[in-house]
Amino acid sequence: MLELLQRAAPFLLQALWTTLWIGVISFVLSLLVGLLVAVARMYGPWLLRAPAAAFVSVIRGTPLLTQILLVYYGLPQLGVTIEAVPAVILTLALHAGAYTSEDIRGGIQSVDKGQWEAGYSSGMTFAQVMRRIILPQAIQTITPSLGNRFITMIKETSLASVVTVVELTRVAEQIGSATFRYMQMFVIVAVIYWAVNSLLSLGQAKLEERMRRAYR
Amino acid sequence: MSHEQLPPGDTPHAHGGVCQIRAENIHKRFGPLEVLKGVSLTVNKGEVVVIMGPSGSGKTTFIRCLNFLEEPDQGRVMVCNLDVDCAEKNPSRTRGRTIRQLRVKAAMVFQSFNLYPHMTALGNVIEGPVQVLGMGREEATRVGEALLKKVGLSDKRDEHPSRLSGGQKQRVAIARALAMNPEVVLFDEPTSALDPELHEEVLQTMRQLAKEGMTMIVVTHEVAFAREVADRVVFMADGVVLEEGPPGELLVNPKHPRTRSFLRLVEH
Repeated sequence: MLELLQRAAPFLLQALWTTLWIGVISFVLSLLVGLLVAVARMYGPWLLRAPAAAFVSVIRGTPLLTQILLVYYGLPQLGVTIEAVPAVILTLALHAGAYTSEDIRGGIQSVDKGQWEAGYSSGMTFAQVMRRIILPQAIQTITPSLGNRFITMIKETSLASVVTVVELTRVAEQIGSATFRYMQMFVIVAVIYWAVNSLLSLGQAKLEERMRRAYR
Repeated sequence: MSHEQLPPGDTPHAHGGVCQIRAENIHKRFGPLEVLKGVSLTVNKGEVVVIMGPSGSGKTTFIRCLNFLEEPDQGRVMVCNLDVDCAEKNPSRTRGRTIRQLRVKAAMVFQSFNLYPHMTALGNVIEGPVQVLGMGREEATRVGEALLKKVGLSDKRDEHPSRLSGGQKQRVAIARALAMNPEVVLFDEPTSALDPELHEEVLQTMRQLAKEGMTMIVVTHEVAFAREVADRVVFMADGVVLEEGPPGELLVNPKHPRTRSFLRLVEH
């Protein structure tokens, strides 16, 4: 086992890096998607609200794996060919964005109406009130669920393995098939996921604690 | 995101006249309920007008119409040279702009303070000047510190609202309103959310403002304040102005029986 670990280590490290950066980029993009969809659903004209609602419904009602396969294998048929990594990032961002948009919507709605009034009554525009007054308060409410979304995202990057992206799970599969030690490899990779996500949980708890103290 | 700045607007004495706040024939309904049935009010520069009336009389809705927190269905609001016809409902760019300029000139103090909880006292005060007036942070800080001093809260400069008492919060809110250098300050029941022992500090701040010549429109039940500070008292009921006059007349010798019965209720 130790020897296997030693031999696999460079590949695992490389793959961990891939897993992490795909996760981080997808997550950041998903926040953007989520914010846009949330604002479109809450404040957009009917023409924007309806597609935004449909988007959330479809994304939440279909499996992520199906979505990834559709983007990577399906779209080329329509003449849209996307490389594996960008295809995964795009899908993950849209997928998580749909969920995040619901979190953000809830967070924005949880801010007292008087905060809007205070901002508006001083002559601010919608965008100014949103950016300066509402979002900073909403973020406090949303942070716990966003933390969970990030951890989920790290785990979901494993689905990239089905479209040839060499991240942690794919590496485990490759080395496993080359050495016939699937059990060991998947255990090792599982431990790595678990360790990363435990660290993230810890960071999340720290962050939430800091935000709680921020307004005092 | 860029922050859109409003031009400084004309000086109060532009167009030769003195800045006046005028509402003409304001109508407002919420669904089937007609809350305002044609309310008009003219307030001259430096005047303190107190609006009284039983709850449901429309006084809060009216004062909120003056800076378009409620959009009147009909009527006209004028603040200095800014003039918004409320019936004209095309949401044009210029209309939105005019309303924002008007809001700068007609600052609002809320019953529930509505301070920004994620900002310090100073942060609350300078937010508008920096974001809306485009004032530099340094200058805004100077202005903000002076205003906090004026309301007696210099030592709370860096505290968040959660650390302040209700009375202190409302005084910060008053400083925040003044920071916009408004032509008129609208007070919507500024003491109603406060414990009785905290009313006085807020009223004291308002008295001082009145003495300095600030134009004020105040919705309140504080009869003593009205008697002492107001130039004019307006009594509203059921969405109309029943009567108005100097406090010495209206509070002492009201013509309308509804005014009389209301005053009996709040004074004891």
